[in-house]
Amino acid sequence: MELDSLYQEVILDHYKNPHHKGLPTGEIQVHHVNPSCGDEITLSLAVTNGIITDLVWDGVGCSISQASSSIMSDLVLGKSVDAAFSILDEFSALMASKGAMVGNEDVLEDAIALAGVSKFPARVKCALLGWMAFKDAAIQADTSWRREQ
Amino acid sequence: MKSVLDVAAIKADFPIFEQSMRGAKRLVFLDSGATSQKPRSVIEAESNFYYTSNAAVHRGSYLLAERASEAFDGARSDVADFLGVGSDEIIFTKSATESLNILAYAFGNPRSAHHVGPGDEIVLSELEHHANLIPWQELAKRTGAVLKWFSAREDGSLDLSNISSVITEKCKIVAITHQSNVLGSIPNIAPIISAAHAVGALFVLDACQSVPHMPVAPRDLGIDFLAFSGHKALGPTGVGVLWGKSDLLDGMQPMLFGGSMIESVTMTDATWADAPKRFEAGVPNMAQAVGLAAGLKYLQSVGLENIHNWELQLTKRALDGLREIADVKILGPQTLEDRGGVISFVIDGLHPHDVGQVMDQFGVAVRTGHHCAWPLIRKLGVSGTTRASFYLYNDMSDVDVLLESVTAARDYFRKR
Repeated sequence: MELDSLYQEVILDHYKNPHHKGLPTGEIQVHHVNPSCGDEITLSLAVTNGIITDLVWDGVGCSISQASSSIMSDLVLGKSVDAAFSILDEFSALMASKGAMVGNEDVLEDAIALAGVSKFPARVKCALLGWMAFKDAAIQADTSWRREQ
Repeated sequence: MKSVLDVAAIKADFPIFEQSMRGAKRLVFLDSGATSQKPRSVIEAESNFYYTSNAAVHRGSYLLAERASEAFDGARSDVADFLGVGSDEIIFTKSATESLNILAYAFGNPRSAHHVGPGDEIVLSELEHHANLIPWQELAKRTGAVLKWFSAREDGSLDLSNISSVITEKCKIVAITHQSNVLGSIPNIAPIISAAHAVGALFVLDACQSVPHMPVAPRDLGIDFLAFSGHKALGPTGVGVLWGKSDLLDGMQPMLFGGSMIESVTMTDATWADAPKRFEAGVPNMAQAVGLAAGLKYLQSVGLENIHNWELQLTKRALDGLREIADVKILGPQTLEDRGGVISFVIDGLHPHDVGQVMDQFGVAVRTGHHCAWPLIRKLGVSGTTRASFYLYNDMSDVDVLLESVTAARDYFRKR
C-alpha cells in the first residue's frame, strides 16, 4: 500500500520511542509551531566550540513530525554546526524532491526512511518542523558561544 | 415535505465526483465545512458571465455594461431573497472573513454612529472560528475595549449561566457563531440576542456554517448583522456576504476607499454612497456574485429544511457507527439535538494528521487539526481533531466508507 512508503517501520519506532525527547532546560530555547495543524516543538541545545554538545526537545505532533525530530537529534548531536547544517541541507533537498530522490544513507542514516514524505506535499512541513527548530536554535547557540569567547 | 434527498441526482450535478481519487477510489468528500463542491450550474453561471456579460458594472454606457450591471444587481437581489432581507442590505465582500473585518473596522472608527472606545465591552464565545475572534481582538487592542466571552461546555453548547455578568451596560458588540465549525453544535443564541439588545449592544452572527445548511432568516432571529461565505454555499471562491440592517449600515464608516463607493469627491474630501455601495470599493467580484446566486438557487430548489434533515440523518448513522469503534471519542454534542452535520472525533493515541492520511487512502476527504478555532481545541484538551462534515451530495454509503476508513486508521497504527 502507498501508505507503507510513508509510514516505514523505522518512523513508527522513533514515534513510539522518540530519542532525546524530554524537558528542554538549556539556556538557548526555541519554540516552533506549524500554524496549519497546530503541531508544536520546544527545543533547547548547547554549542561548545562549534560542536553541538546537548539537545533536548519536547513537542506534540503527528508521527512524522515526532519521528523526524527524533531522527534529527540523533544525527546532529556531537556533530559540528557546519556538518549538521550540511545534513540539514541534504534532508531539505530530499523533502523538496517530490519522490524523485531516495536520499544518501551515509549522510542521512535513519532519515532516508522519511523519503516517502516528499510524495505527500501536505506532510513535508511536519517532517521539517523539528529541523527548522534545530536550525534556529543552533544559530543562536553558536552566536552566543562565540560572543562569550 | 420529503426528508430523503435524491442524492444520486444531486451528485450527478457536481462534476468533481466524476473523477477518482488515490487507487481508483471514488471521492468521499466530507470536508464541506471547509468548502463545498460546485454544481455545474454554478460553474456555468460564473463562466457564462465572462463569455457573455463581462464589463465593469455601473459605469459604461454600452450594452455589455448594462448586462454586467443587471447580472450583478440580480445576484444581489437573489441573495437578499434567499435571506428574506432588502437588496440594499446585502454587501458583496471577498469572504466572510472580510465581512467580519469590515464590521470590526467600522466599529473602531469614532466617525461611525456605533463605535467602541476604552472600557467598552465586546462579547464573543469560545466556539468562535479565528475569523470571528481575531478581528475583535484587534478592535479591542486598537480602542482599549475589553473582550469577554461565553465559555463552551463539553457538549458544544455555551454556558449562559453568567449571562448577566458577561453582557453588561458596557457591552457594545456581541459576535457569536450560529454553528460551531469544529463540533457542529448550534448554540442557544436567542437569550444572548435579547440580552445584547437590552443593553443597546449590536448582535453579529457568524453564519458560515448555518446559511449553507439550514433555513436562516436574519429578521426572524432579530439580529443586526450576519456574515457568510459564498464558497461554503456551493458558490465560487472570492465572494462572501455581509448583511446588515440598512439604518445601521448607513451609519458605518467603510474599510476600503476608492472607486464606486463615493457620493462626491474633491481634491481634499469625499463623501460616501449609501450601503451597499459604500462598502464595495473598486470593480466588484461580479462573476463570483453571479455564481453565488446560482448556488443559492440550487440550494433553494432542493430546500434548506430538506438539506438540514438529510445531514442529520447522515450524522446519526455516523455517530452510531463511530461509537461502535473502540478507541474513538466523539467530541461535542453526542445527540442530534441542536446540531448540524459536522462531527469531530479523536482516536486514542493517534494524531489527527495520521488518521486523515490513512482515510485519504480510502478516498475520504476530512479536515484534521485545529480547524481555525485554536482556543476551542485547547479548551477540549486535545491537540487537534479529525472532522467529518456532510452536505447535500453525501449519501449513506459515504458514511459507511467513513466508518471503514476510521477503523482502518486505528488498526493501521495498532498492528505495527
